[in-house]
Formats: sequence, structure tokens, C-alpha cells
Amino acid sequence: MKVSLFVTCLVDQFRPEVGLATVEVLRRAGCDVSFDPGQTCCGQPAYNAGYRADARAAARQTIQSLEESEAIVLPSGSCTAMTRHWPELFADDPQWRERAEAIAPKCHELSSFLVSVLGCTELGARFPGRVSWHDACHGLRELGIKSEPRALLATVDGLELIEHENSERCCGFGGTFSVKFPELSVAMLDRKLEGLQSTGVDAIASSDVSCLMQIEGRLARLGSRLRALHLAEILAGGAS
Amino acid sequence: MSHPAQDHSANLESFPENARRALNDSQLRGALRHATGVIDERRGQAVERVACWQELRERAKTLKAATLERLDHWLELFERNAIARGTQVHWARDAAEANAIVARLAADAGARTLVKSKSMTTEEIGLNQHLEELGHRVVETDLGEYIIQLAGETPSHIIVPAIHKTRAEIGELFHRTLGVKDSKDPKELTAIARERLREEFARADMGISGANFAIAETGSFLVLENEGNARLCTSLPRVHVALIGIEKVIPRLADLEVFLRLLPRSGTGQHLTSYQTLFSGPRAAGREGPEELHVILLDNGRSAMLSDSLSRQALACIRCGACLNVCPVYGQIGGHAYASVYPGPIGSVITPMLQGVEQAHHLPFASSLCGACRDVCPVGIDLPALLLKLRSKVRQGSAGSGDREQRRAFRLWSLAMSGPRRYGLLLRALRLARPLLERPGARSRLARWVPPLAAWTAAREFRPPAGRSFRELWRDQEAKDS
Repeated sequence: MKVSLFVTCLVDQFRPEVGLATVEVLRRAGCDVSFDPGQTCCGQPAYNAGYRADARAAARQTIQSLEESEAIVLPSGSCTAMTRHWPELFADDPQWRERAEAIAPKCHELSSFLVSVLGCTELGARFPGRVSWHDACHGLRELGIKSEPRALLATVDGLELIEHENSERCCGFGGTFSVKFPELSVAMLDRKLEGLQSTGVDAIASSDVSCLMQIEGRLARLGSRLRALHLAEILAGGAS
Repeated sequence: MSHPAQDHSANLESFPENARRALNDSQLRGALRHATGVIDERRGQAVERVACWQELRERAKTLKAATLERLDHWLELFERNAIARGTQVHWARDAAEANAIVARLAADAGARTLVKSKSMTTEEIGLNQHLEELGHRVVETDLGEYIIQLAGETPSHIIVPAIHKTRAEIGELFHRTLGVKDSKDPKELTAIARERLREEFARADMGISGANFAIAETGSFLVLENEGNARLCTSLPRVHVALIGIEKVIPRLADLEVFLRLLPRSGTGQHLTSYQTLFSGPRAAGREGPEELHVILLDNGRSAMLSDSLSRQALACIRCGACLNVCPVYGQIGGHAYASVYPGPIGSVITPMLQGVEQAHHLPFASSLCGACRDVCPVGIDLPALLLKLRSKVRQGSAGSGDREQRRAFRLWSLAMSGPRRYGLLLRALRLARPLLERPGARSRLARWVPPLAAWTAAREFRPPAGRSFRELWRDQEAKDS
């Protein structure tokens, strides 16, 4: 299957290795992966901060770059959820609204693409360690993604998935929220991470780099040995 | 730590400060965590047992939307039918009008002591303060409200007004204000309050209540409660006054079949509250009950919310408080930090709608947009969508312009995001900043000039941009492959 990668701006700039891992995983699943450098950002940072015109500027650029694709895969539930907001973002612009409506259903978060579109869970991955999953809010509550990453992790050789009672609790990132109310943002994260250390996990994994930056930034400050990993990094691990 | 009574409108500006203060109050956070956790767990269990929960939510949402579509019609029908049953109906455009009506009724009744059952709408108009300034004694009779009144505070939760208080704090408060022995035993404390309140019920000249639903086809209204205090408030005194927001009207008595299954479960995790009282007029000749029944229908900004399909959605709220209990923000800071009558997600939505976004401009941003509130809302209000809408409204108004640096930063950002060339320039600029971001010393110097970086790094490490972006790595690979 021909797949176009929407790598997302955060992965592009801060965690490019997640992008490479996503390509690797998609190829292993039999996809022909392309990347169009015309893409920039889904527009969510501005959208969530209330700057809709700025959000439209970014979204237009990315829509234009990707709309010819058959299927578009994103290593992010949050940015995928944003593509579902595109039609509403262009509510007053019939031409762009139509383009947004056409592209939105073609955009897929990585785990749901692998499991629900390709029907593929076995990728020959190997990851020795105990991992706890963080259900990133937008993937979970806007896209309904819950079982897909778990189905994928279940087939990873050597990986033990440790369910944590706070897996659905928000990490406190929330875009500009994280710097507008930093103490609150960190307090929310600390509440989430509570009890995680005692479960003896080696890593906390998720499908959103934004949450992972929040989590790893705090863990590093606390001197924790826990790693924060993207699903793609785990799935790309081991011999192919 | 005590939470002095707050003048709401003046403090709306200070949300960031209030939140910070709340975060340092470990007693508050402990109490909140325990109580919100318990209530939400009960809610989850109660909801689980209703197989058709999602269907009920849909029906409630549809019913509310249809009612709000023709709110004027249902309100007039309610008025007609209420009058036919002997109820006196008053209309209040705003808080001042509503307060004046209650004050006039109190004066007419020669009321010295007024007893109240729990009502957020009376909180909204500042009724107690108004009546007290006129020399009346106002006594709250819901246990939580009674505690709050003794403490000189405002409710910090829609359903559980004293949720921020521990048992020990309440015991100490009773000891200090009522002169009873210090106790931590909820049974003892409740008994003390009950004894005091019995005297108040007996001597009260007027009872004031709110309402959960007003039923148009019968002209009656329903009050839900667990303590029996609302029944005493509305049956012993000679006059009963009910303050009801205009959004509380539903068309038919049969509609309660939906709402009575949703509200108690969502609010307290109960299948049904201990008491549900339907009021349909003053006492009939030879029967017991108040001689006069007055209903005040309050607008106070609600009709303005009808004009827009999004804000109209927020009028569907049945004030269950479930969104507060699941909100990770509310769970950390409690209701007082919001400095609005209605706190939590729904408060952050309706306060700017009722009082204006200029005043309440912080509140729509007091959320990580996690969406937990939308999932539990029994009437399916899309709270994150409403918060987003309000955020954009704040930016269009003058309150948002206070954030000029951010405005400028997003302008630049959108320029960079609207073309691959410009985006490349941004990447290069980030790359130039890398040495500064990688060395802690240089980073803290840079943070002085970049407030968001300072905010981030106060308790978190910052990951600098990668040496090579994904697009560069992809290009390298393509070049190698060809």
C-alpha cells in the first residue's frame, strides 16, 4: 500500500528518530512510504491557543502538500485528531473546507493504521523490558484509540506490558498550557506518574511526542532512569 | 489554610496566582483528591449499571437542544401553568433585578430569618450578601453550604460546596464558631448542625430554594436533595421563593424519566437522591405548606447564550458537577482558584459566557483540553470545543491583546509554517539556538529572555532541537539510495 508520511513538526524537529522508526515500521508492514517536504504542521499549537487564522495558514500548507495521497500516516494521535478539526477550522471558507473534508478521513494515527487499516499486529519487533503505556488524551478520547497500541505491543518479543491505573490520566502538557501554567502542568504530570516507579517498569511509552517531551523532561529533572519512548521506536526495535 | 470569601468578579483576573497558591496547599489538595476520587468512582459504578447510558445521554442532549430552540415558548407555557396553580411568577433580567424581587418579597413577608436550601443560582446573584446588607438573617441549611457559611467562604464545587475541607477543619470550624467541643466524627458534626438548623427552620419566615427542573406542561418544578433540608425550607415557612435559571425548563413531566436517571448518577453516583420534591403551587385550603409560592425566572446572561449554537449547548448543563470531579486541573487546585461561581470545566465555559470574555479571559485557558469532561457529561456538552471557541474569542477581544509577545510569536510561527522554504529557515534558526539550549548555563541565560523556556525549565528538562531534522535525514537517505 502506498502511504504518505505526515511526520508532524515536533517529530521533525525534536525527535527525528521517531520519524525514521515510523518509516521502518510501515515498510515492515509492507507499505511503500513517501515523504513530501512541503508539509509543515497541522496547526494545532495556534488552534489551541485561540489563533485560528494562524492555524489555518499552517493547515493549508500541509493539506496542499498531502491531499493527493491515498493514505496519510502520522506518528501522533493528537495531530491526527487535529486533522478531524480541519473542516471546522475552515467553516467559513467553502473551498478549503471541501479540501479539509476530503483529506481528514485519509489521515491515520500509526497504531490504528497498522491494526485497523492493514490488519497487521505482528511486525517481528523485539524489545526487552517492562513497558507502561500512556493513553495520550486526543488519541484516546477523540479517536477512540485504546486497544490498537496494546495489540501491537503484545506481539513484541521480550516486552512485558505493565498496565498502570493512571494510563488514561492527562500528562498535563496541553500545548501552551504547559508554559502558561507550568506549576499546574507539572503537578498534573506528577499525579500521573505516581506509583509508576514502584511498578518496576523500564519505560513509559506513548504515541505522541508532545506528551513524551513533557514526561521525559520531568523524569530527567527528577533523576529517574525511566525512559520515555514512542511506540514506533519500540516496534522498529530488533531484527527485521 | 482558610479560604476567605471572595468577591468573584474582582478575582477572575488572578487565576494564575490562585492556582499557584492552591498547589502549595497540601491540605486542600489532599481533601480534593480524596473526595473527587470517591465521587467519580461511585459515578462510574452507577453509570456502569445502566446499559442504555449512551442512549440516555443522546436523548437528553436532543431534548435539551429542542427545548432551547423554543425556550420562549416553554417558558411562557410554564408561566401560564404555574399561575393557574396559584404560583406567582416573576421575571428577572439580571442579578440586581432578582435580588430586588427577593428583597421586596422578604420585606412584604416581614421576614427576619430566611432559610435556604442549596442553590448555585442564588450564589450566582450574590443573594445572601444582598439580603444581609438589608438586615435579614439568611441561614444556609444544606450541610455543606452551612459549613461554607460558617467559614465565610463560597462553595468550591457545584454539588459538594465544602469539598475542599477536611473533617478536622470542619470540626475546628464548628468548635470556633458554634462553641461546641472539637470533633472529627462526621456523625457528631452532622448531629450538631442538625440541632442548630432545626431551630432555624422553626423560626424562619421565608424559605428560599433553587430548582433542578421546571416543567412547562404542569407549571411545577423539581428539587433534588439528600438531607431533607430543602423540604423543611419549603414547607415550614409561610412563604417559599424559588430562584430558577430560565434554562432549567423542560417541556413535559415525562422528560424527567431521562433526566432523573442521568443527574443523581452523574452528580453523586446515586441511583436517585434521597428526596425529590415536586412543587406545584402553594398549599391548598386546609392543607399544610407555604401560603405563598413565588418563582423567579432568571436570565442574567442566559438568553444572550441562545444566539449562538455553540454557547447554546452550554445552557444544556444540568449542574451535576461530574466534569469537575474528572478534571485533572480542578483536581489539583479546587474551585476557589477559578474565582468564579461555577468552577471547573463547565465554569470555565459559562463564566465567560455569562460575565464576558474580557473579565474571565484566563478561564478558557485553564484546561489541558484532555477531554475527560466531555466523556462524562450526561448531556453530551462538547466542553473542549466550547473552550476552544472561547479561546479564539479572547484573542479577538482586547483582553487577549495583553499577551502581545505571544500574539507576535504565533504570527511568526504561522509565517514559518506556511511554506517549506520559510519552515527551513525556522529549522536553521533553531539549529543556531542549539548550543545555547544544550548548555545549562547558557540555557538559563537564554531563559531570561524567553519566558516560555523559563516556565518549562523550572521543573522540567528541555530537549533541544535535533542536530538534523527528519526531513534532512530523509533527504540524505534518498540521496544515498539513488
